[in-house]
Amino acid sequence: MMRSVLAAAVLGAFVGSGLAGGVMVASAASPAAVVSIDNFTFTPPTVTVKAGTTVTWTNKDDIPHGIAATNNAFTRSKALDTDDSYSFTFTTPGTYQYFCYVHPHMTGTIVVQAATGSNATN
Amino acid sequence: MRDFDRDDGVNRRRVLECMTWVGTGVLWTIAGGVPHALGIMGEAQAQEAKGLTFLQISDSHMGFDKPANPNALGTLQAAVSKIIALPQKPAFMIHTGDISHLSLESQFDDADRIISETKLDVHYVPGEHDFLDPEQKFYRERYGRGTKGAGWYSFDANGVHFIGLVNVVDLKAGGLGNLGHEQLEWLEADVKGRSASTPIVVFAHIPLWTVYPEWGWGTEDGAQALSYLKKFGSVTVLNGHIHQVMQKVEGNVTFHTARSTAFPQPAPGAAPSPGPMKVADDKLRTMLGTASITFKQNEQRLAIIDTPLQA
Repeated sequence: MMRSVLAAAVLGAFVGSGLAGGVMVASAASPAAVVSIDNFTFTPPTVTVKAGTTVTWTNKDDIPHGIAATNNAFTRSKALDTDDSYSFTFTTPGTYQYFCYVHPHMTGTIVVQAATGSNATN
Repeated sequence: MRDFDRDDGVNRRRVLECMTWVGTGVLWTIAGGVPHALGIMGEAQAQEAKGLTFLQISDSHMGFDKPANPNALGTLQAAVSKIIALPQKPAFMIHTGDISHLSLESQFDDADRIISETKLDVHYVPGEHDFLDPEQKFYRERYGRGTKGAGWYSFDANGVHFIGLVNVVDLKAGGLGNLGHEQLEWLEADVKGRSASTPIVVFAHIPLWTVYPEWGWGTEDGAQALSYLKKFGSVTVLNGHIHQVMQKVEGNVTFHTARSTAFPQPAPGAAPSPGPMKVADDKLRTMLGTASITFKQNEQRLAIIDTPLQA
């Protein structure tokens, strides 16, 4: 199951960078963003990215956490032990609320903006 | 509790800390639904137990090896050794969840191997750490036979009705522990025909009352579950999850949380997060332990004694 999640993420990154390639001439690598899980908190709590960005969560706590979208809008992670990471590539613009399915009081938001638009006018 | 002397007034945190302190080693009894503290542990132990005595063990976290306790297996073993050495054999044991740390089969194997040395029947409910395998099936396969839903059930012993609930699955964003509609309906039906004089023991992993919502220490629909138990003269709610002793009495209901055998957690609000609390090596075993619960029949009495691995 993990393998298919990774495959989906890699495929997503490929498609994402392909779409962005036409407009983001200056950017060679596919865009990335990170969220740290520390002291039972997602940091930063809200991340704003362009479509095609791969977001990576890394658990820095001594307790496992898990990432799940509030409305199942993206694939949930397996349980992340200390120092484990989970990546997902967001290709569709929108606001994605998520939480820790082990400790649901932990919540965060990924805002995905269209890759065109502001980039195209830069 | 170490912050007891701080001059910051009586706020919620301080009250909770005091509760923690008071709960440790104090014997409570219930007579006619009115709780009385009888005294400290030595006095409590002097009273001969008659009726039903059972043990609560919780939060074994097999596989945990972080600085707060690099040897959670060793401390579970120590707890089991103390249980084996008890002069009076308890009737059975309940385990209030987080048997494993990561729901690996090897972690459940370790727990089963060590706990079975007690040669006691063990009634389990799951913690959130017991549903972390991708298919969420190991817990149910091992401990869920004859249970409903994700693993809830009830049974009777010595005239006491025991109810094991699951409040760690299908958790909602931003929320606390969760029982869910199906389990609540089952609970209502389970207790409906029973006499109000039947002593009730409810056990579940996450506290059914709201201990500290900022850390998720409570159950979203716990109050609804308790509303079905209003008519009973004696209700005891036993939980784990918060890795420390805490007790609250509300009307006919006594709430009690047991220590973990793996690692301590901070008092509510006493640290930036509820993560494992690192204490001095020689302190660790004073903050781990188990609980013993005794019903003295005809007196409608209940006594809970928390015993640390090391005094």
